[in-house]
Amino acid sequence: MSELRLVRLIEPDGSASGDDRYALPAPGELLEHYRALVRGRRFNEQASALVRQGRLAVYPSSHGQEACQVAAAAVLRDGDWLFPTYRDSVAAVERGVDPVEVMLLLSGDWHCGYDPMRHHVAPQATPLATQLPHAVGVAHAARLKGEDTVVLALCGDGATSEGDFHEALNFAAVFRAPVVFLVQNNKYAISVPLARQSVASSLAAKGEGYGMPSALVDGNDVAALTAVLGEAVRRAAGGDGPTLMEADTYRMDAHTNADDASRYRDDAEVTEWARRDPLVRLRAHLRAAGVLDDEEERAIAESAEQTAAYLRTGLSADSEPDPAELFAHVYAGPAPHLAAQAELLAAELTAEVHS
Amino acid sequence: MTATKLTMAQALNTALRDAMTADESVVVFGEDVGPLGGVFRVTDGLTETFGEQRCFDTPLAESGIAGLAIGMAMNGFRPVIEMQFDAFAYPAFEQITSHLAKMANRTRGRVRLPVVVRVPYAGGIGGVEHHCDSSEAYYAHTPGLTVVAPATNADAYGLLRAAIEHPDPVIFLEPKRHYFTREEVDTATPVPPIGQAVVRREGRDATLVAYGPSVPVALAAAELAATEGRDLGVVDLRSIVPFDEETVLAQVRRTGRAVVVAEAQGFASVASEIAARIGERCFHHLEAPVRRVTGFDIPYPPPKLERHHLPSPDRILDAVDALQWDET
Repeated sequence: MSELRLVRLIEPDGSASGDDRYALPAPGELLEHYRALVRGRRFNEQASALVRQGRLAVYPSSHGQEACQVAAAAVLRDGDWLFPTYRDSVAAVERGVDPVEVMLLLSGDWHCGYDPMRHHVAPQATPLATQLPHAVGVAHAARLKGEDTVVLALCGDGATSEGDFHEALNFAAVFRAPVVFLVQNNKYAISVPLARQSVASSLAAKGEGYGMPSALVDGNDVAALTAVLGEAVRRAAGGDGPTLMEADTYRMDAHTNADDASRYRDDAEVTEWARRDPLVRLRAHLRAAGVLDDEEERAIAESAEQTAAYLRTGLSADSEPDPAELFAHVYAGPAPHLAAQAELLAAELTAEVHS
Repeated sequence: MTATKLTMAQALNTALRDAMTADESVVVFGEDVGPLGGVFRVTDGLTETFGEQRCFDTPLAESGIAGLAIGMAMNGFRPVIEMQFDAFAYPAFEQITSHLAKMANRTRGRVRLPVVVRVPYAGGIGGVEHHCDSSEAYYAHTPGLTVVAPATNADAYGLLRAAIEHPDPVIFLEPKRHYFTREEVDTATPVPPIGQAVVRREGRDATLVAYGPSVPVALAAAELAATEGRDLGVVDLRSIVPFDEETVLAQVRRTGRAVVVAEAQGFASVASEIAARIGERCFHHLEAPVRRVTGFDIPYPPPKLERHHLPSPDRILDAVDALQWDET
């Protein structure tokens, strides 16, 4: 097969690429995406700062990948599902989940701080690729019920090496499930570069092996991402099955704040990718198109600042989760052995109070 | 007419049929469960009766099957999945332990997964390697899972119906050596709920505690003991998690002696946990330390040697003999 041709609609300098396959979204739509990008970037910066302040245990930032985050949320319709990983907090927030609730996982409060059923955003998965078969299950269920729900499943380049990636894509293709798989190829799985994960011509090319259409997209171009993802969502909703998409992007920060990226990559590489930053590119484009002026930029920055402040305030309060809740959700019904253990802990806590 | 002679496979098949008839959200899938009806014929005719949307073959990938079930349960279905053999379920282990078992807890009860994982289980059928594992300890050790092991055909029917209606994931261990034994099953008479053990035989002298394929072995041992003048009771756990401590402890307190019988290897096993609990909670009622009769701590043996590995009535009676009778 021939190598897939990268889809890019806006060049790193902001000029239109003139792609012959996809039309550039309207300026008004792109301005909305720009707002979300700025909000996402600010969210990433704020969350990283909260780690330094000891408010979060760790934060896997999507700095540099905000276009993927924003596009993934933007192309879904009401009722559609998003299956995020631990690096996809911004996408979850853009789908409407409360930012503080998204971060509860990393603040040590509870494993999943939001209600997945309310926004149709699955819990952020930390074991790689394991959420992908779930996404296929939700999609297959929707199809059996005759609903046109679409599921967008996120993973990274490292996850494509996992067995569950293979099983999920194969199941989705065989069942013609309405799933869009978006692989954010950010070039590193913690420290291990892409070349150690795969020698395929591209990760998108793997779609051929499953018999599903695939696309390789500039992952720092929100216009290209929304155009191609939007098409895949429409195809899935129309009963034409799954799509594999690879977004060519870059993890600008280390894996998490606990990681030291200088041990495995050069600054020059990071500098080169900074030139292709998703915000810089869209800003230049919108400026040139005359739809983004200083006043608008100030308003956008202010709005992003409000999100950051909300996150800061929400996570600055010292909260002590209720220890009794440790036993509350393990089983729906009464569990005699847990009741005895809950009593033991309660007695210990009472003794602590009185000592 | 509801009472009839059924094999365990037929009892399970009837349970699936009745559950699928009663509740449209019940779906059955796995490997070869469609037109073939499963390698043990437990899903025989379900695709024909209910259509391939309700009972279908999947690609051959156990992790994918378990993951698909999780997603379908998140979107309104009650999947009943088949792992073709006990040891073939291991590729699904991550999905089962990291997601199926934990989803309700990590989402604070907001996402419950009513999934039944059916596992043809344990040995005694002369199976080649990887077809005879007793894997219950892995599941029983995993919080969030309910682990059920029927020993009778009536329980195979009743407990499977209960498992499908259960709000949490259930690992349903089917003793495959009993798939083709025939027993009276009355589907209209409810069996005790999941979590309740049953005294299969009252006995004054000692209590045998067993579950799944070991229950008939324990009953055979008790029959033999009776001919020798010793009166042994048999408790059938029926579910390993939840463990019906009350029934077990009450029996052991009455008899003062206990032997736990299980086919699985004994080290760090369910049998060990039961023995420890009896020791902790009945110490002053015990006339002798609790003994365990289990499989050896070896990989499951080849067919020509499995009879040496499996707990036998004789081995159980030897353990009963060692319960310090002379000292009382």
